Amino acid sequence: MNIVVIGLNHKTAAIEVREKVAFDGPKLQEAINILKDSDTIRESIILSTCNRVEIYAGVNSGEDGVENIKQFLSDFHKVPRDLLDTALYIHEGKEAIRHMYRVAASLDSMIVGEPQILGQLKDAFDAAMTNKTTGMYLNKLMRKSVSVAKRVRTETKIAESAVSISFAAVELAKKIFDDLSTKSFMLMGAGEMAELAAKNLINTGVRDVYITNRTIARAEELANEFHGRVVPFENFTDELLHTDIVICSTGAPHYVLSPDQVTKAMKARKQKQMFIIDISVPRNVDPAINDIDNVYLYDVDNLKGIVDINVKERSKEAEKAECIVDQEIGAYVKWTESLSATPTILAIREKAEAIRQEELEKVLRKLGPIEESTINAIQQLSTSIVNKLIHPPTAALKSEQEDRDLMVDMAKRLFKLEIEENNGKK
Amino acid sequence: MQTNILFFELALTFYAISTVAGAIEIFRKKKATSRAALYLAITGFAFHTINIIIRFYEGGHIPVTTMHESASFFSWCLLILFFFHDFRYKLGLLSSFIMPIVFLLMFSSAAFPREVNESIGPMLQSYWFGIHVIFAFLGDAAFAMAAGIGMMYLLQERHLKSKKLDGIFQKLPNLQVLDEINYHLITLGFPLLTLAMITGVMWANSAWGSYWRWDPKEVWSLITWLIYALVLHLRITIGWRGKKAAILSIVGFAIVIFAFFGVTLLLEGQHTFKAF
Repeated sequence: MNIVVIGLNHKTAAIEVREKVAFDGPKLQEAINILKDSDTIRESIILSTCNRVEIYAGVNSGEDGVENIKQFLSDFHKVPRDLLDTALYIHEGKEAIRHMYRVAASLDSMIVGEPQILGQLKDAFDAAMTNKTTGMYLNKLMRKSVSVAKRVRTETKIAESAVSISFAAVELAKKIFDDLSTKSFMLMGAGEMAELAAKNLINTGVRDVYITNRTIARAEELANEFHGRVVPFENFTDELLHTDIVICSTGAPHYVLSPDQVTKAMKARKQKQMFIIDISVPRNVDPAINDIDNVYLYDVDNLKGIVDINVKERSKEAEKAECIVDQEIGAYVKWTESLSATPTILAIREKAEAIRQEELEKVLRKLGPIEESTINAIQQLSTSIVNKLIHPPTAALKSEQEDRDLMVDMAKRLFKLEIEENNGKK
Repeated sequence: MQTNILFFELALTFYAISTVAGAIEIFRKKKATSRAALYLAITGFAFHTINIIIRFYEGGHIPVTTMHESASFFSWCLLILFFFHDFRYKLGLLSSFIMPIVFLLMFSSAAFPREVNESIGPMLQSYWFGIHVIFAFLGDAAFAMAAGIGMMYLLQERHLKSKKLDGIFQKLPNLQVLDEINYHLITLGFPLLTLAMITGVMWANSAWGSYWRWDPKEVWSLITWLIYALVLHLRITIGWRGKKAAILSIVGFAIVIFAFFGVTLLLEGQHTFKAF
């Protein structure tokens, strides 16, 4: 089994590409089903967020699993291969493990240290579990990744200064507006991402909070939490007139805010500055809106500017975190190595031999003094019983069957083998 | 060298150093802004004030009767406004944008003959004249500040639109505060200009016996007045704020400068101090 990561993120692909390959809404389930039916891909997790689309997979070594996944991405999203290939990165083995750790620990995030990604990764894993697309390898890797992320969070200060998209948005808002406590804020969309993004901004003490969402119930929930007011989605444009800051994250596959709507609102508010943050992928706000006077539109990629500045200041903490990641890679590799057949077969033999010896001694003690030939006969008997018993399992383990890793794991549990498995802390 | 000239040179030197310090401030990598340019400007201002007081005593009237004195007095008024705004609002990089204007005014002042005008005509002795010039120069100073702030606004606006969020962007103040101060400077400058024109008209009447003579200076003052009236009108009625207001305040100031230097140097009129 070979662990691979194939994907693209904010560093390798512009938002125009990322939004094309995002697995949003029903697409995710569809994709999961396709990958599940693949012969070459034995385990898979699909992670799709604003900033990255990645497929974690376990493929049989020597087969073209990687190629298949690439082709799948291209076919599924109808994106030409050459465009995709320039944006895709492929990590295998140790580098794949490192990558997953770094993603989980938010070291690979656009905003290093932002906490959302771990939750998103867990969600991706849950979806995979529900559909039974993961196996022993990815399960273990996922558990490890979560514990690495926790270690990084507790042992470094990365999360302390963690700036999320929301933080960057606040920083920017302060460069546009003088006093946020006199400003009104509208949240479009009521998903988790929207909620997280809005939190910091609302904490700065904006005067009014409007929440608009297609499903009113969810909007009301958030309105309660944020002490805001629900605006029906059909007439949110009326409220734009009073809105200084908009965060948009509706998850709609198309633009929900057009230049016309904003131009009208700007006229009505006598050209007072408006700041619009579009964190949706695919984008929900028409990019042309940025050309309207006194309107400042930022999408996730644009927030990079602010983020990069903060990243520099935290590079030292990031170094510490990279060390933790390095250590933990070793632990996982050791575990996978323990899955190879030879040490297991050896361990089964050793265990069987130990039992045989023990039982033999007991029996010989009970029998008292007996002839040499009888001892030999008993010896032979025990040996052949043991050998015959363990022959089929060890033979199966030696064979190059597809599910050998699984059998090794099973064997270890059936025979209660304790092969050295250094799991870092535990 | 005359004492007042010595102080003038000292002031000019300090303004020059302050301007350089302000320019360095723009390109310095560090986040925290230094106040060096401000302190240099304050030192220069002290010398400048001594220069003006000496000339006042030597001439026996407000020293604004030659181009040298006028440009110098203009920059002195601008500095007063600058200090006031810097202390009140603590705007990052304000000195980097205002000190070049101060320096250029002083520099052009240095290019004109520096003699104290001791034999002034009777028309300059009218008390309307004193009030007129103080209003006029404070108004012009407010427009100069507005232009400097407008420039800061345009820079910051361009950074925000193009998403280049480094260097100078981090140091410049937020858009809204720049826009509001720009507005309030124009609402300060406009009534001052209006008062300057009214007192100017009174003065013209007492000096020449007629209120308005379509002298080029008068015409250009009127154009300036109309421009700023338009700026305020557009802002209040259809919300020409932000970028448009910033551009207009720079255009307005360009006209102020033309009315100040251009009209005096290129066109003839009774404000041409050669005539005195």
